Amino acid sequence: MDYNRVFVSKVKRLIVVFTLFSAFLGFNTTAFAQVDSVAAHGHEAAAPVAHGDEHGKEEKGFDITSFIFHHISDSHFFTIFGHGDHGVTLHLPIILWTDNGLVTFSSSAFQFDDAGKVVVEKNGQRFAIAHNKIYYANATADAHGSYVSHVTDEKGEAYVTNARPLDFSITKNVFSMLLSIIVLVIVFTTVAAGYKKRAGKAPKGIQSFLEPIILFVRDDIARPNLGHKYAAFMPYLLSVFFFIWLNNMLGLVPFFPGGANVTGNIALTVVLAAATFLITTFKANKYYWGHILNPPVPWWLKPLMIPVEIFGMFTKPIALAIRLFANITAGHILVMSLLCLIFIFNSYAVAPASIFFAVFIGLIEFLVAFIQAFIFTILSALFIGMAVEEHH
Amino acid sequence: MDLLIPEVGLLVWNTIAFLVLVFLLGKFAWKPIMKGIHDREQSIDEALNKAELARQEMARLSAQNEDLMKQAREERDQILKEAKSLKDSIVNEAKNQAQAEGAKLIEKARIEIENQKKAALAELKGQVSALSLDIAERVLRTQLDDKAKQQELVNNLLKDVELN
Repeated sequence: MDYNRVFVSKVKRLIVVFTLFSAFLGFNTTAFAQVDSVAAHGHEAAAPVAHGDEHGKEEKGFDITSFIFHHISDSHFFTIFGHGDHGVTLHLPIILWTDNGLVTFSSSAFQFDDAGKVVVEKNGQRFAIAHNKIYYANATADAHGSYVSHVTDEKGEAYVTNARPLDFSITKNVFSMLLSIIVLVIVFTTVAAGYKKRAGKAPKGIQSFLEPIILFVRDDIARPNLGHKYAAFMPYLLSVFFFIWLNNMLGLVPFFPGGANVTGNIALTVVLAAATFLITTFKANKYYWGHILNPPVPWWLKPLMIPVEIFGMFTKPIALAIRLFANITAGHILVMSLLCLIFIFNSYAVAPASIFFAVFIGLIEFLVAFIQAFIFTILSALFIGMAVEEHH
Repeated sequence: MDLLIPEVGLLVWNTIAFLVLVFLLGKFAWKPIMKGIHDREQSIDEALNKAELARQEMARLSAQNEDLMKQAREERDQILKEAKSLKDSIVNEAKNQAQAEGAKLIEKARIEIENQKKAALAELKGQVSALSLDIAERVLRTQLDDKAKQQELVNNLLKDVELN
């Protein structure tokens, strides 16, 4: 369908941004290659890896892969500063749905363990934590003192074979997301109060700061794609836009309460993309379904086109989810990798260059945070717009 | 890859949290905000429309005023013209009347003069005839005495005569 609209209207305005962005993507592949080569090296021995993860800067050799992946993945602890027992950590509650029902305890019970070495007994069940996941613990420890069974497959990837309870813990991601929701609700109810208090007058304070962005979402995202039906979808588009943007930005803040990789987690992007998919599917009119089930092509192409169109219904939200997840995660990996160069070379001399590039990429990431929120929202609007379009 | 497999717990929390967020913001933020923006835009539009209408009304009124002025001016000119012609006609009439009156008076005077002249001539004729008779009587009386004395007498007599 008519994707051109998006590009034609935005291309001029965002051309610089996309140039930077493609340069940034170029960087990414090298970063990934680097991470992968280190990963191949790092995973040769699983147990020392887990150990190195905890005490990354020790003489044993620095495992950059698990260090970075530890930082971009979810966690049951929220480190405010310092490290382990020497720092200040927010212990988040662990909520498990086990074979024997609901079990809750504080993550402090694990004593900062992440290699299955500490067993917590609750309700007659034993739990151990490894790689930020909670498992039912084995009866006995293995040679490395771990109560979970590590298996390394033929590709050299290590994984744990123990069974897992359903984990509904308030993890770092959940905590950060709930925080962002509280912030959003407080900020925007304040803005709304401003509209009530100064009805028909010029905006003031935070209201005047956010109104242009709200109008940007309305006039540049919703209206061009949704036409006169835009009003019904404004709450969703605005919520998605500000939710993604705030969480992207929070993810770039290196200290508490930022630092959680909320929008770089597939579980969140999947939920958001599913919301767009459901709205698209349930708000779709007969023209949309007609286009999918009876595409305007010669009859002999229909057996080919109908599956393609049906497949396309799903690829669009999947691409939406992967795009956001990959962009944010890649940004985090890149910044972490640049900073890890100091530890890879084990030299202070690398630090200035490393920090310079990390700051540079960090600034680009601020741009990316906005662009990804914008792209997710405009594509959602575009998909919904295609579904509710009257005729084409 | 671990990164690509969503955690069930996270999925559940994310779904609940996002739905709550959309609900809360939709009800308490976006609705009043969009309404506020919409109302304000509408009021601005309305104000602009009203200003445009007022401008048009002003233009209409001033055009009307212009018309009225023009009309008034025309009327004034008309009245002045009428007044002038009226004045002219009155003056002319008066002049004619005066002329006629004057002519009449002159005529009267002329007739009077004629009458007086006639009367004067009649009287003169009477006196001349009386004098002539007188002179003739005296000439006749002295004629017999002396020719020269007669002549002198006539001359003296004639010297006494005063013509009226």
